[in-house]
Amino acid sequence: MSEAQVEGQQHPIAIYFWVWGALFVLSTMSYMVDYLQFQGLLRWSLIIIFMLLKAGFIIAVFMHLYYERLAMACALMIPVGALLVLIALMSFEADFTNMTREVYLDQGSGILVMEEGTIH
Amino acid sequence: MAGSAKENTTALPTRPDGMEGLVADWSSDQRAFKNVPWGKAMMWIFLLSDTFIFTCFLTSYMTVRMSTVVPWPNTSEVFALTLFGQHIPLILIAIMTFILISSSGTMAMAVKFGYEKNRKICAILLIVTAMFGASFVGMQAFEWTKLIEEGVRPWGNPMGAAQFGSCFFMITGFHGFHVSIGVIFLLIVARKVWKGHLEDMKPGFFTSRRGGYEVVEIMGLYWHFVDLVWVFIFAFFYLW
Repeated sequence: MSEAQVEGQQHPIAIYFWVWGALFVLSTMSYMVDYLQFQGLLRWSLIIIFMLLKAGFIIAVFMHLYYERLAMACALMIPVGALLVLIALMSFEADFTNMTREVYLDQGSGILVMEEGTIH
Repeated sequence: MAGSAKENTTALPTRPDGMEGLVADWSSDQRAFKNVPWGKAMMWIFLLSDTFIFTCFLTSYMTVRMSTVVPWPNTSEVFALTLFGQHIPLILIAIMTFILISSSGTMAMAVKFGYEKNRKICAILLIVTAMFGASFVGMQAFEWTKLIEEGVRPWGNPMGAAQFGSCFFMITGFHGFHVSIGVIFLLIVARKVWKGHLEDMKPGFFTSRRGGYEVVEIMGLYWHFVDLVWVFIFAFFYLW
């Protein structure tokens, strides 16, 4: 991982072109997910896979994290785990809020109609 | 103590890698981040804190979108454009995505040419990156104008759930602000490179800090981060 002792991060230019190309292809593919109107589980899983691959390429190669020492990579990536906990907690919370609204909001609150596309 | 301090600076090439290296680097009172200039370590830590900010925005977007009982506007249609007589869904966002990715590519190469002391190519690539960034912000301004004309406001819109507007303006606004700051930052670094300030280690006019070509790499980290955030915004806000 840390073989090079030259100044800063120097790598063959070819790897940047490869990653650039990969990002273009992955972006095109995620755009096609919408263009072809994939729906349901297929849509969500494709979007997430392409997103994570793109993020991985950018962090690992463009930001050189793959070439940094493990101590640095851990200091940056482990705190992100806390964010996953936040996302999980907030999705439970949102689910519950949605349930209470579905059950109670149309009973005399007077601020919402359930017809699609209309508010007030 | 003097002996161990000396050891810290000279023993670097033979330090262990992997898990053993992780423990060795973090243990004892020494600098944890070996091999990196302090500016780079600090930029990474700033970017980590920025990650937390953007995650908070995207998480609150998730929360309001999951909990609303009003249908969410169809982003595929909201961001569609009619180009050359053809109605193409989400096309503006796709173009913006490709522009930002291309700017990341030119940025990565600017870092490489900087370390190779190829001042001219490095500065040109930095300026190209800044131009890509500026055109991105321009398209975002166009998109905002279009949506505002269609009646989208932070408190409501004609297409569906009211929270759509607040999430849209907050998330893309904060990201666009990052891009704008990045463009200014890029132009400053490009000027320093062009004039050879990084080779002469001339103090900067703002911080009076003397920097070498690691300045270009630190600039690059910020710019790639802006691209990285857009990857998540594109997936969660526009495609979801």
